[in-house]
Amino acid sequence: MEQVDLGVIGAGPAGMAAATIAATAGLSVVVLDEQPAMGGQIYRAVASGGAARTDILGKDYLEGAGLAQDLQASTARHLTEAVVWDIAPQEGGVAITYSHKGIPARIEAKRLLLATGALERPVPLPGWTLPGVMTAGAGQILLKASGMVAPRAVLAGSGPLLYLLAVQMARAGSPPLALIETQSLRDQLAAAPRLAGGIRGWRILIKGLGLLAELRRHGIRRITGARDLEVIGTGRAEGLRFSAQGRAQEIACDTVLLHQGVVPNTQASRALGLAHDWHAGQRAFVPRTDGWGESSHPGIFIAGDGAGIAGAKAAAVAGQLAGLQIACQLGALDRAARDAKAQPARKTLDAERSIRPFLEAAYPVAAQILCPADKTLVCRCEEVTAGDVRHWAGLGCKGPNQTKAFGRVGMGPCQGRYCGLTVTEILSHSHNLPHSQIGAYRIRMPLKPVTLGELSTVNAPEDAEEGHPK
Amino acid sequence: MLVPVTFEGAEMMLPEGANLAAALLAAGVGAFRTTPVSGAARGPYCMMGACFECLIEISGATRQACMMQVQAGLVIAKPKGRANGAG
Ligand SMILES: Cc1cc2nc3c(=O)[nH]c(=O)nc-3n(C[C@H](O)[C@H](O)[C@H](O)COP(=O)(O)OP(=O)(O)OC[C@H]3O[C@@H](n4cnc5c(N)ncnc54)[C@H](O)[C@@H]3O)c2cc1C
Ligand code: FES
Repeated sequence: MEQVDLGVIGAGPAGMAAATIAATAGLSVVVLDEQPAMGGQIYRAVASGGAARTDILGKDYLEGAGLAQDLQASTARHLTEAVVWDIAPQEGGVAITYSHKGIPARIEAKRLLLATGALERPVPLPGWTLPGVMTAGAGQILLKASGMVAPRAVLAGSGPLLYLLAVQMARAGSPPLALIETQSLRDQLAAAPRLAGGIRGWRILIKGLGLLAELRRHGIRRITGARDLEVIGTGRAEGLRFSAQGRAQEIACDTVLLHQGVVPNTQASRALGLAHDWHAGQRAFVPRTDGWGESSHPGIFIAGDGAGIAGAKAAAVAGQLAGLQIACQLGALDRAARDAKAQPARKTLDAERSIRPFLEAAYPVAAQILCPADKTLVCRCEEVTAGDVRHWAGLGCKGPNQTKAFGRVGMGPCQGRYCGLTVTEILSHSHNLPHSQIGAYRIRMPLKPVTLGELSTVNAPEDAEEGHPK
Repeated sequence: MLVPVTFEGAEMMLPEGANLAAALLAAGVGAFRTTPVSGAARGPYCMMGACFECLIEISGATRQACMMQVQAGLVIAKPKGRANGAG
């Protein structure tokens, strides 16, 4: 079996930067990612066709190309289309099991870095399961990896990623029909005082203002303070209904791209049983890490958006910090060398993080998303509604894990990725208890569905087999 | 290069090596499957391998279309029965 010093899961900015710095220090490093190319979400396909689309995607996209070149030039090995589905702590490290085109294999690593990034926050609103409704991130992935612009699209929700996507679509020649935003002017005003702490994040703000100006130049319609969003259509999305400026409105469209910010992808950190805390600002659970990214389990590190949303620049420097500490722990760097290299990374990390409280307040999660109407589906896989969850809460169901017994919620193939936070929010509201007390779904390996054949080939540990439906 | 694949028995030409979910969407396929619970139509939602809405059946195995590339001769069907996403 292959043995390495460091196994990195995820080849986004965090994983690329960590692997490069650790390999440069002399460690043997393997990076596994299920995508066919490195780059992660923001820099998706950056080293292949995507870079040719820089005019559309913007200058920031090129920063990813630098990270990718550094990784390619290092001794770290990058395994593409490697879907990691089991991670087992063992004496002296972890065993990582993955499948490449359906063929499983296992690697042993002395240290593990989870750099699995973010997921779109679930957006449970009426009609969100209709074909033609996708996340804003999905709209962007179509653009980056396939050069395809979703036709006749309305962008709906809240957050700077919506502006970026609208501008990218416009540059590609197919501007969205409209931007329907759920945050209000009041939210933005209330957020302003938090800017004091975010002065160093001005660069991000100015970029945001530039995007808004470009939106205006393209003549893209923006409506803010929208409420009661609903996708209408029979069998597929045909329009978006909402109320704003005191009246009900409707826009006919073929595609609705939804966004309410992104949240840490905690699937692997949960399955490993690591400690998590509720982050009130991000309205999500965040794994507990120290200043180097080491989790509650010694030797297991987390960097990037998976450790708390802070964006791509922060992800890259957090990856560096983790890589440096791992190199130090394994004797490849002494403390003085580690600290000298860490200093600029820490400075950037602090600056990038300082803007977050402002963004969180200026683009809050819409009330209708935190507290969906009874008839709204919350679990897409098992088709469970918010009303069902409230009903079970009334019957005494206290926590997310118990809801599974009541109605299979969270037990479909997505393993709660797109309902977990909603169920926690609803139960917290119903029982009037803090989110930290309500908790989250318990996640079990395998992280991705695998066939019985894959399981038996690698002779996976017993507990892997009781994962989720196969 | 365009290569032939079939979706629910209908032949279509898709760009070789392209993301399969993106190629099907571009070819006008909106609903990739129906749900095992209510039979509702579903299509890709996340495009990043997390939501399992893009499940399709290829040679009897359920796969995520957004995590696959177009190859000549793929025979694609809408999954029937409980979605299991094995792949
Ligand atoms: C769809 C989407 C689009 C985004 N677009 C932008 C943008 O344009 N601009 C911006 O500033 N921010 C964007 N963000 C936010 C963005 O996630 C971060 O700023 C940045 O990409 C975080 O980097 P990261 O290294 O932490 O993780 P990511 O870049 O998300 O990389 C994580 C990687 O882990 C891999 N992975 C996860 N689980 C597994 C597994 N089990 N096995 C193998 N591989 C796995 C994924 O394939 C992915 O490549 C986007 C987020 C999402 C979800
Ligand atoms: S579209 Fe979400 S898994 Fe493929």
